[in-house]
Amino acid sequence: MPDLLQIEHIRKTFPGVVALDSVSFSVAPGEIHTLLGENGAGKSTLMNILTGLYRPDRGRILYAGREVRFARPRASLACGIGMVHQHFMLVPAHSVFENILLALDGVPGFFSRRRLRDRIQQVIDEFDLDLDLDSPVWKLSIGAQQWIELIKLLMRDCRLLILDEPTAVLTPQESERLFAVLTRLREQGKSVIFISHKMREVMEISDRVTVLKKGRSLTTLARGDFDQARLAGLMIGDDQVPQWRKQSRVGDDVVLDIRDLSVRNDRGLADLDSCSLELKKGEILGIAGVAGNGQKALAEVLTGLKKAASGRIFAAGEDITHSSARSSYIAGIAHIPEDRKSIGIAPDLSVDDNLILKSFKQPGFRRWIFQDRAAIRRNAREKIAQFAIKAGPDGAPVRYLSGGNIQKVIIARELSEDPAVLVALYPTRGLDIGSAEYVHKVMADGAARGMSTLLISEDLDELLKICDRIAVMFRGRVVGCVDPRQTTREAIGLMMSGEEVA
Amino acid sequence: MIDILLDATVRAGTPILFATLGALISERAGIINLGIEGLMLIGALAGFSAAHGCGSLSVGLLAAFVAAMAAGAIHALICVQLRGNQIVSGLALTMFGIGITALFGRGMVGLTIDGFSRIAIPGLSRLPLVGKAFFDQDALIYLSFLLVAVIWLFFYRTRWGLNLRTAGENPAAADTCGVPVERYRFLAVSVGSGIVGLGGAYLSMAYTPMWIENMSAGRGWIAVALVIFACWSSPRAMLGAYLFGGITALQLRMQAMGTEISAHILQMLPYIGTILVLVVSTLRLQKGAGQQPESLGLPYDREDRK
Repeated sequence: MPDLLQIEHIRKTFPGVVALDSVSFSVAPGEIHTLLGENGAGKSTLMNILTGLYRPDRGRILYAGREVRFARPRASLACGIGMVHQHFMLVPAHSVFENILLALDGVPGFFSRRRLRDRIQQVIDEFDLDLDLDSPVWKLSIGAQQWIELIKLLMRDCRLLILDEPTAVLTPQESERLFAVLTRLREQGKSVIFISHKMREVMEISDRVTVLKKGRSLTTLARGDFDQARLAGLMIGDDQVPQWRKQSRVGDDVVLDIRDLSVRNDRGLADLDSCSLELKKGEILGIAGVAGNGQKALAEVLTGLKKAASGRIFAAGEDITHSSARSSYIAGIAHIPEDRKSIGIAPDLSVDDNLILKSFKQPGFRRWIFQDRAAIRRNAREKIAQFAIKAGPDGAPVRYLSGGNIQKVIIARELSEDPAVLVALYPTRGLDIGSAEYVHKVMADGAARGMSTLLISEDLDELLKICDRIAVMFRGRVVGCVDPRQTTREAIGLMMSGEEVA
Repeated sequence: MIDILLDATVRAGTPILFATLGALISERAGIINLGIEGLMLIGALAGFSAAHGCGSLSVGLLAAFVAAMAAGAIHALICVQLRGNQIVSGLALTMFGIGITALFGRGMVGLTIDGFSRIAIPGLSRLPLVGKAFFDQDALIYLSFLLVAVIWLFFYRTRWGLNLRTAGENPAAADTCGVPVERYRFLAVSVGSGIVGLGGAYLSMAYTPMWIENMSAGRGWIAVALVIFACWSSPRAMLGAYLFGGITALQLRMQAMGTEISAHILQMLPYIGTILVLVVSTLRLQKGAGQQPESLGLPYDREDRK
């Protein structure tokens, strides 16, 4: 059967960055084709070209045998290409109905509400989903929002569906359900481009896999030709992967004791709902859960970005919930934030300056009211060597660094004062395997020195590998704690969907 | 007494209502328009001079709409196509409007026209209290009633309205659904500006049928504030505009009756009202009650990498 889509030597540059160098691959009708690659390999850029958001600098796209140029998303939609973006394209303030309606084709300016609602409800029922058409989207879980995105595509009758890391926000059980839908679509002769870096899922669902690396398509392998080790090998290539070994030395001292803590969000709803948790000295405590179940609020209240509505936090036995002790405690905590670029660094400042954001007031870095540039430079040189940061030319803004190197700058800064507690929010999200291993190594080394880490992650494999204990969060509460050596992914998955486990 | 006050309220509130509706359409599409004050003056002068020149009120009205729409299209071009700074462009538009109307209006000072006259709606105009205020008014006021309803229906009952609102909330989402975001934004700003121009025309062709330099006297700024108070909804805009009309009517009445309070203090009242309304509505917005379009003030660039 001829290919539905053929991509040949696509190249796309942004000012100062080559996002795609030369990418070629093809998708057959009725195929689930996986694009595998680390973040920064160009998967999302490539998909944005396919959906008409970006225009390629070079190369050509053949769709159903004809060469096409998508000048705008409209053109790509007209060909039956639809995509679920990693950052959902939904309007949080609009209702479910309005969000789906927006995507429907051929709805006249004045439309019959009743008939359209029936049509949408039919699809919702078909997939046995529990969605209220009139509910605003911001009230829904991230998982439900993903279903809305999918329904948008299904109702448009797309021939080629693109899903960009759809399982990042789903529990393992929900992912299974998604895969069942994808398999059904494949049987109907539709094609799917599936983007993921979770090896397990790729193995399960793909007919073919194309590996992308640094903007180039390395190779395409058909089912039977690939296995987990081979794909991982291709993705890593000749990158150096740091080696580390975990020594578990969890002490008996409780470093952080959180009791019945509640935090409200901007909309007045409870992000944390009487959440209780204990962190011991030298422990790496993992927090698992589907995104949006209070993990972020937990990190924010612990690092001083949010206030507690009720409940208590004790640090080494001292109540630090409200008192002035809180500020000195917060100053001593290390924090790897979720969004590196917007709150982890000052993007336009140099690496040197970013490394002293926490300690610029120290006598070593200032002379009277002026900065001591020489000392700041010396400090930067030390840190760059110690943490193997690829920093580029001196004084260049930190935002030009790759994600992995930005993360190293943050880690170097946060760990510089030998903190007792590290709160890490999705610290390896979007990092290549080498950089991710480096982050793990830092946490393991820290634990050996007695540092306690709260690691919030959506990657169960990561949590199972590195943590001493895993707490699972659901709707702002801890529903249970498990020992990673005595649990299964399935058990954690069930807890992530709210099932209490004794 | 109350029916006279109510009548004065509606008449004083109508120019602000037009201006608020125009600003609201623009902001719903995600573009802040601080040029309202200038657009009102452009509408007022264009309407008055065309009506004076051609001797036809409808031609005047059309001229007011078209002139303000054309001036608004400059703002739209800068903000939508060129992705310029909306605050700077809007302020420039206001200054442009004040300047150009002062220049070309010199010849119009002192002239008069026969403004819009009252048309009583049979039956309804006899209603006690509200009859005179709402059903014995001029054609422009009836047009403003109609606009409030039409805008609401457009936003919430048509596909185009949904597209426009989405362009203001999340232009990327609209774009990926095939909505031509730039076209919607451009048209929203332009047509909205035209409606603001009608507010100006009401001033120079109905409220006081003459041209006076800078006759909008800050009403455009009140409209900018009212959009926030109205939570971007047209029926609430009506409420807000009449609230200000009411304060204006009341202070005029008090001046006419000769109170002890200084006229300067009384004339301040509508503006103090604006400040209070802004404080209250901002507090409410922070509590999450409002629905400010999420991408308000942000240019949309498809290829922008975030």
